[in-house]
Amino acid sequence: MRFSGFKIIREGLSGHKGWDATWRDATPKSHYDHIIIGGGGHGLATAYYLARRYGKANIAVVEKGWLGGGNVGRNTTIIRSNYLLDGNEPFYELSLKLWEGLEQDLNYNAMISQRGILNLFHTDAQRDAYIRRGNAMLLNGADADLLTTDQIKNRYPFLNTKDARFPIKGGLAQHRGGTVRHDAVAWGYARAASLLGVDIIQNCEVTGLDIKNNKCVGVITTRGPIKGGKIACCVAGSSSRVMAMAGMRLPIESHVLQAFVSEGLKPLIPGVITFGAGHFYCSQSDKGGLVFGGDIDGYNSYAQRGNLPIVEDVCEGGMAILPNLGRLRLLRMWGGIMDMSMDGSPIIDKTPIENLYFNGGWCYGGFKATPASGLCYAHLLATDTPHETATAYRFDRFEKGLMIDEKGQGNQPNLH
Amino acid sequence: MIINHPLLGPRDAAEFTYLGDAGLIDRPDGMAENALPAFIDYGYLRDNVAGNHRELWFHEQGDRSWLVVTRHTVTHEITNVELASDVARKRGRSK
Repeated sequence: MRFSGFKIIREGLSGHKGWDATWRDATPKSHYDHIIIGGGGHGLATAYYLARRYGKANIAVVEKGWLGGGNVGRNTTIIRSNYLLDGNEPFYELSLKLWEGLEQDLNYNAMISQRGILNLFHTDAQRDAYIRRGNAMLLNGADADLLTTDQIKNRYPFLNTKDARFPIKGGLAQHRGGTVRHDAVAWGYARAASLLGVDIIQNCEVTGLDIKNNKCVGVITTRGPIKGGKIACCVAGSSSRVMAMAGMRLPIESHVLQAFVSEGLKPLIPGVITFGAGHFYCSQSDKGGLVFGGDIDGYNSYAQRGNLPIVEDVCEGGMAILPNLGRLRLLRMWGGIMDMSMDGSPIIDKTPIENLYFNGGWCYGGFKATPASGLCYAHLLATDTPHETATAYRFDRFEKGLMIDEKGQGNQPNLH
Repeated sequence: MIINHPLLGPRDAAEFTYLGDAGLIDRPDGMAENALPAFIDYGYLRDNVAGNHRELWFHEQGDRSWLVVTRHTVTHEITNVELASDVARKRGRSK
């Protein structure tokens, strides 16, 4: 079934009785050529590109809960490619380009809204750093635009540009950045992959990896053992737990990141705005609620909820640039578990165990990376070589001193 | 979260900063034969358990002591708090 305007009109006139299920809810077979552990955005995208671009068949995605119930349902839905370092920027720019063509590619409305992202700066030194970042983006084919305070005031008249402590001195804008309907990303990839024959198996938790003579030959799940050719772990947040089944320790700590939605408002904020002197980022959903977040709580956690000090910290950051938030009530807040890696950058690589592959360490930047992560992971699975934009995302970069540390924080995961 | 400081009693966790796994107390010997792999392990690899986790907290807004806190990473329940100096001394260090 293809979605089209014609189809919507026809179904609208005939009581919406002709829609199919979005994807097949498969039961596990005894063997697959590729088993992807984790039915989040990245896992589903991997399955889709593996089938679509690399022509592979007999693929399964196993998911412990329901599809899209993990981090793809627990983020602030921002897409952008405003990175500085060579190991990162081409990858994220590829991702943004894939986002731009995603809806046509999947034949699914993911509500991609490129209304721009604006990173505010508040000091001369920060301006210089943002100019440098903007130039790095331009060199890698992305768009970047340095806005003056007047341009910002013109576009966002509600911003507090004259805060005594952190006056807004300007901002780095990426006009192609924006937001996406996060659940639709999971559903769209699942539907497109399912149509290509991928088995999506929900409520199927992996409880063990079948490893013989340093070779992974299958997974043990709550719905029975499944043999596999290549096993691909894609469970950011729980990476250490799954890879511990293979006896591996990872350069990753799991941390909780909170996000918030206010009550609904009339259209106020176009695109995404980030505060440069604290950690606060905000956009407005199509339902009208302001969606915002800030720092991680800062201690190892697998609880999908956080604590109050960070709530206060995020709201203080928001009030500094958006004083009109003060009368708003919070409607919802939630926490998601982040793979915080030792240099703040992800890993897409083989493991020392044959036929076992790893994708994780996304810190809190995994959502925007979804299409490129899926494509690069599919490339690695299909060809056993890293994709040209993901050559730096190796396990061995830590021992070789080739860290990709955007913030320059060193091996302290809670500071990335 | 409330951390029951061994010297000061119950304190808000917001007074503390977090470093990470308490294994960081045991810095490898830089002169040993296997120093390089030991430091890669020490610097970059973590158990990252979902369960009881021994970890280092620094009482930055208080008496500036380092604590070893045993905390459950799924429930956030804290079951034990020790002074890191006591932990190190028990292992024959910092005499």
